[in-house]
Amino acid sequence: MTNLRAEGVSLGYDGLRVIEGLDLTLPDGKITAVVGPNACGKSTLLRGLARLHPLDGGRITLDGADITAMPRKELARKVGMLPQSSIAPDGVRVAELVSRGRYPHQGWFGRHSSDDDAVVTTALESTGVAELADRPVAELSGGQRQRVWIAMVLAQQTDIVLLDEPTTFLDVRHQLDLLDLLTELNRDRGTTVAMVLHELNLAARYADHLVVMSAGRIVAEGAPSDVLTSEVVDEAFGLRAHVVPDPVAGSPLVVPVGRYHSSAVEPSAG
Amino acid sequence: MSTVTAVADLRAVRRRRQTLVVAGMVLVVLVAGTGALLIGAAGLTPGQAIAGALGLGDKGDVFIIQKLRLPRIEAAVVVGAAFGLAGALFQSTLRNPLASPDILGISSGASLGAVIGLLALGMSGVALSGLAFGGAGLVALAIWLLAWRKGLHSIRFVLVGVGFAYLCSSLVAWAMARAEENEAAGVLVWTVGSVSDIRGEQLALVAAGTLVLLGAVAVVSRSQGPLSLGDDNARALGVRVDAARVGALMLAVALVALATSAAGPIAFVALVAPAIARRLVNDGGAALAASTATGAALTLVADVVGQHGLLGVAAPVGIVTGLVGAPYLLWLLATNEKRSR
Repeated sequence: MTNLRAEGVSLGYDGLRVIEGLDLTLPDGKITAVVGPNACGKSTLLRGLARLHPLDGGRITLDGADITAMPRKELARKVGMLPQSSIAPDGVRVAELVSRGRYPHQGWFGRHSSDDDAVVTTALESTGVAELADRPVAELSGGQRQRVWIAMVLAQQTDIVLLDEPTTFLDVRHQLDLLDLLTELNRDRGTTVAMVLHELNLAARYADHLVVMSAGRIVAEGAPSDVLTSEVVDEAFGLRAHVVPDPVAGSPLVVPVGRYHSSAVEPSAG
Repeated sequence: MSTVTAVADLRAVRRRRQTLVVAGMVLVVLVAGTGALLIGAAGLTPGQAIAGALGLGDKGDVFIIQKLRLPRIEAAVVVGAAFGLAGALFQSTLRNPLASPDILGISSGASLGAVIGLLALGMSGVALSGLAFGGAGLVALAIWLLAWRKGLHSIRFVLVGVGFAYLCSSLVAWAMARAEENEAAGVLVWTVGSVSDIRGEQLALVAAGTLVLLGAVAVVSRSQGPLSLGDDNARALGVRVDAARVGALMLAVALVALATSAAGPIAFVALVAPAIARRLVNDGGAALAASTATGAALTLVADVVGQHGLLGVAAPVGIVTGLVGAPYLLWLLATNEKRSR
């Protein structure tokens, strides 16, 4: 199995440090969700893990080997990444976009083989977009489009899949839809999933491992029920909130207080 | 129909369409080329033309075909292909449909180099072409140095390029204003572009160079697919993005410099041929092969039209390309838009 780790990692933009000396191990075969306020560095961290962003310090290892020493194509066969808000070029069709996921598996003069077709087909089917195979991506709805992008990452056949805010711009039904899909992927194939999410309650419900970040560091990490307390929410987001059990899943449910409407109970400690 | 066959079928359809576009453009080249061999001041029959091309028959006919008409056709095809491919590379690498060597000032750099050689140094022939090549390369390098900030930023590259285009054009205009009347005519060729005087060794050199560059592009072109999804996606798919773009742009600059050094900056081909090719292929890809063929067809047709005064006056190819290419592109844009809505 494959193990992706950040060891004392520092990341930043043009001399501005966003993350300093951060350690994180993605639990193998589990779903990890990274949450935190805007500009806390969660996307930057994910981009660093996928080698989309250069490190200012520390190192990221895959099974103990430094990923910067690895050819990019080799890394792309082991770690897949769906960046934030990807835009498909005009005219490209669903199966074509998904086929691009085969790139790291093809040689210099690589043509698509029937093996590639089979992998692409599986990816299309497991994301439920098989019947859209010959439709232009631009004509699809937001939910369908996001499934197609995920199918492309699946076609990459990596043991680890990273996703940067995959549910942004989706309505609540499609958010659940997508997270269910990722859960199936994790359970059926044992794929390690790590994603940045905005929606705390969905993160708490779907993640095995929850990482709460604030100002470039990890405030707390672990099982959502251990991690997501009103203190942690306050520390990370500066937000008073009740944390109650989610009536559906039993995972922690964050009910924020805000400045108005705070009539009844004070948030309990713990 | 199962999904596997649907995936394979789609790919087959796409490849057929690409082949069809390339074949169509090759057909245009053949038809226009045949026409250009036959029409002219000395009216030749098809038989005489074929005999001439093979070096048989009347000495005069052989001279007309082999020394005058054939080189001009070949030059138009080679130079047009180079411009078409270069434009497609610029546009896909910089992800900007307006990024073409004419707009980025690389062609104007070649003009400026040639004009300096012509007016200040009194050069001609291959030396002059060398200077044009150098001008294009120098401008590309300058854009590069000014646009590079820890990576290549498309918009910055385009804006810096537009700045250089104006700078070089202004300097050329200034040089022309100062030039004597008889010199100015020679300078004009370097500002408009013409394929009428490319033959012999120069033609062989440009053709060989273009072929080598075409081969090199074929080798690096595989990364264009992932690159069209954006830098992050391309990196995530295992493309060394900066290296791939630097490589593609260097090949594009070499193609433009080579073509411009022989023919001058033929307007619009590099901008319009890829746009037409992409519309026709319409698969979201860079349409490199189709752009190459379209560039060749467009340039040859424009040269035939210009040479035989079909516009009422004999005009160099560079003037006609815009007149032929622009309306066709506009028509394609208008009709495609309607279909997809």
